[in-house]
Amino acid sequence: MISIHAFILIPILTAFLIPFIGKQFPKWHLGWVTLAVPILLFSFFVSKIPVISANRTITGSIPWIRALDLHFAVYLDGLSLIFTLLIAGVGSLVVLYSIFYLSKEKESLSHFYAYLLLFMGAMLGVVLSDNLMVLYLFWELTSISSFLLIAFWFHRKKSRYGAQKSFLITVGGGIAMLVGFIMLQVMTATNSVQEIIAMRDSIQDHELFVPALVLILLGAFTKSAQFPFHIWLPDAMEAPTPVSAYLHSATMVKAGLFLVARFTPVFGGEATWFWLVSGVGIFTMFWGSFTAVRQNDLKALLAYSTISQLGLMMSLFGLGSAALQGGASIDSIIYTQAIFAALFHLVNHATFKGALFMVVGIVDHGVGTRDVRKLGGLLSLMPITFTLSVIGSFSMAGLPPFNGFLSKEMFFTAVLNAHEMSMFSMDTWGLLFPVIAWIGSIFTFIYSMFIVFRTFLRPYRRERLEKDPHEASIGMLLSPIILCTFVILLFFFPNLLSKYLLAPAMNGILPTYQNMEGFIPKISAWHGFNLELLMTAGVVILGIILMNTYRFWNVIYDLFPEKRSLDRGYQWLLAASESGSKKATDHYMTGFLPNYLYYIFGFLLLTVGGTLFLSGSIVFDPSNDAPVSLYEAIFVGIMGITAVGILFAKSRMTATLLNGVLGYSIAVFFVLFKAPDLALTQLVVETVTTVLFLLCFYHLPEWSKEDRSWKVRFPKIILSIGMGALTVLIALSVQGNNLFESISSYFEDSYELAGGRNIVNTILGDFRAFDTMLEVVVLFIAGIGVYTLVKLKAPQGGDKIERK
Amino acid sequence: METVITLLVGLLVSVATYLLLSKNVIRVVLGSAILSHAIHLLLITMGGLKKGGVPILGDKVETYVDALPQALILTAIVISFAVTSFFLALMYRTYQSIGTDNLHEMRGTNDE
Repeated sequence: MISIHAFILIPILTAFLIPFIGKQFPKWHLGWVTLAVPILLFSFFVSKIPVISANRTITGSIPWIRALDLHFAVYLDGLSLIFTLLIAGVGSLVVLYSIFYLSKEKESLSHFYAYLLLFMGAMLGVVLSDNLMVLYLFWELTSISSFLLIAFWFHRKKSRYGAQKSFLITVGGGIAMLVGFIMLQVMTATNSVQEIIAMRDSIQDHELFVPALVLILLGAFTKSAQFPFHIWLPDAMEAPTPVSAYLHSATMVKAGLFLVARFTPVFGGEATWFWLVSGVGIFTMFWGSFTAVRQNDLKALLAYSTISQLGLMMSLFGLGSAALQGGASIDSIIYTQAIFAALFHLVNHATFKGALFMVVGIVDHGVGTRDVRKLGGLLSLMPITFTLSVIGSFSMAGLPPFNGFLSKEMFFTAVLNAHEMSMFSMDTWGLLFPVIAWIGSIFTFIYSMFIVFRTFLRPYRRERLEKDPHEASIGMLLSPIILCTFVILLFFFPNLLSKYLLAPAMNGILPTYQNMEGFIPKISAWHGFNLELLMTAGVVILGIILMNTYRFWNVIYDLFPEKRSLDRGYQWLLAASESGSKKATDHYMTGFLPNYLYYIFGFLLLTVGGTLFLSGSIVFDPSNDAPVSLYEAIFVGIMGITAVGILFAKSRMTATLLNGVLGYSIAVFFVLFKAPDLALTQLVVETVTTVLFLLCFYHLPEWSKEDRSWKVRFPKIILSIGMGALTVLIALSVQGNNLFESISSYFEDSYELAGGRNIVNTILGDFRAFDTMLEVVVLFIAGIGVYTLVKLKAPQGGDKIERK
Repeated sequence: METVITLLVGLLVSVATYLLLSKNVIRVVLGSAILSHAIHLLLITMGGLKKGGVPILGDKVETYVDALPQALILTAIVISFAVTSFFLALMYRTYQSIGTDNLHEMRGTNDE
């Protein structure tokens, strides 16, 4: 069997080859080359359906970094299979569509397809990885490729803005998720998702359990554009339409749903999980559909509608997680149906939303605008596109005979069941779910109708359009036609999908319920006259009324003015963090050397002194000290007085001479300490240094007085004394501790080893000759530096020429 | 003896730090020179003082003082000399181009 790993890597590797293929065969449209990859992937994953639907899973692991428990581990079960099929299937259709959408002459196709393939591989990696860290890696790779694709038309300001926004939000959530993963890893000591699921019961009471849950949800919510992180998705619509259809409706934004589904066996049954996932989901569902109605740009409308639909699926996953509360039992099996509905709608949404995006792309391509205020009356001009938009929109609105009707009914069933839940204080709040869901559905109905009616019906006004409208080429229509076929087929044969894909996925998400009766429902379009059907009828009737009276009640949107929107909040936050960090940096990066030295010394004192103090390593042991002779005492006294004297020296001349006294005294110490070579060198160097100082003084003014106010002097004195004390403490502690043998005795064999009797000289000239050579190099470089500084000057104005 | 010298090193470091924090360039250079003095003394103290004879192999003495710190100090003296002279040249050049020796007034030349 060919390893699944290879199929994750094929798109990524092809992405790197695409630019070369483009160079090599400039006459080809790169889309045709690219198309082979998703088709290959799709046929591979389709061939796995029999294995998976027999309730088996495919695993494989390639060790990567063993010490860190990092393995490129893959796990293919029903849940991953649904996603892989969506990624490869919609991917093929999107690539096919893009071949006709993007012009070979005008666009940089090698970039486009390379990014798209990179995304495809990353997305497959997300849904197939079993290792948390590898999953995270692929997760961020999808954010990066999404960023690149949104900014594909990077010369547009809005594209760059949208790309940055989506990147900041999704990667920010991703980092939170990483922290959550690390917490999980800390609790379970494993990186494998399946092993974590098996360990669920033992970690439930861990204090990190809920924080990990919240952080992982942050990752899922940002990726799946849940309120209040949804604001990036409308701006991401600056991407080319094939990208919007693929990443921002069918696949990437569903990664968050995947994550929630994948971790349901771990966190499901926990009240925090239930309320966050279902609460945020249902509110996002309402808010997205409510906001979608007011949009004038068709793509923005679809973006908000995607947000709303993602919220719908999210809330279903949340409601379904209640089934795990208190373990699997036949009583709570009814709640698992929410998850089934979520999975079903996941597939349905990919079909009708993908088709709708492509339709909008066709309209945009054909007439040059997506603004509904300019569009209208395209029915007779673009009949096929119109039919496709009707299929997509009606399915989204939840009307028969389209697949959206089925999953919408199941959604209503799920919220009605939730209303009757007894756990999680649902008896108080439970009623909110069906009510919000119903109101949200009304708005969903309205905007779905808007797409059809405003674009294709209403009077046709040519003067408002940029181009002459015409029906799109068959190549461009092919992909949405295929998707719409699925929309209808899934309505008539939903149980095929259920048997081969949804059932294995359910077993993957809720393994404890496996084989229980009623776990996998039979989907049917007709249930009799029940409450769900009444709700749908109400949606249609109220929807039609509200749609026709839109201009009377659209004042309601004035309650949510642009300037108080979340979007403004994001922009403000971004601007504030920019100016805030600039202010903070300006505050301490003053450009004055003394300030920087303050930071350096202060930090040194704090860390080294702190460590010394906290670790209790301060030792004072003078027992090994040599006795102090009279000469030495005299010279210590001289040096002490001289050093203090420098501080009070009135003129620079005095100070320099006092420095000379210090240097010569050290030479005397070198003599006393049996270091004749040092004494000689010190004498010479000190003399030359003093001369250099004096030479320099000839060219410089007398030094000015320092600021003697206490405000300036006090911190200086404190820091100086601190540094002195720290040095003394460290030196004494080093002398008091004898951690290991000195290596110096080795050099005492200098005559045998290096042929010299002067040990210091042999060290310098033989044992450590390289050091000495480099020391000479330093001297040489300093010499060149001095010469350059003194002698060379840039010619007048030369610098300016260079900068031009 | 070691303790006394260590205390002296501490005093020198304090003086050097105080000078380094000045705004006058000459004081800063002087501070760095004194800091080198302090470190040289510290290094030689680390090897233990007066524990034997001059580290030149001969017949008379049996033990020698630690030669390794001496070799290190010799290198350090030369390097600190190089650094000090570079500092002085830099100071000279800065004053020539900017016309101040006050660090608080140095804000670069106009064409930077």
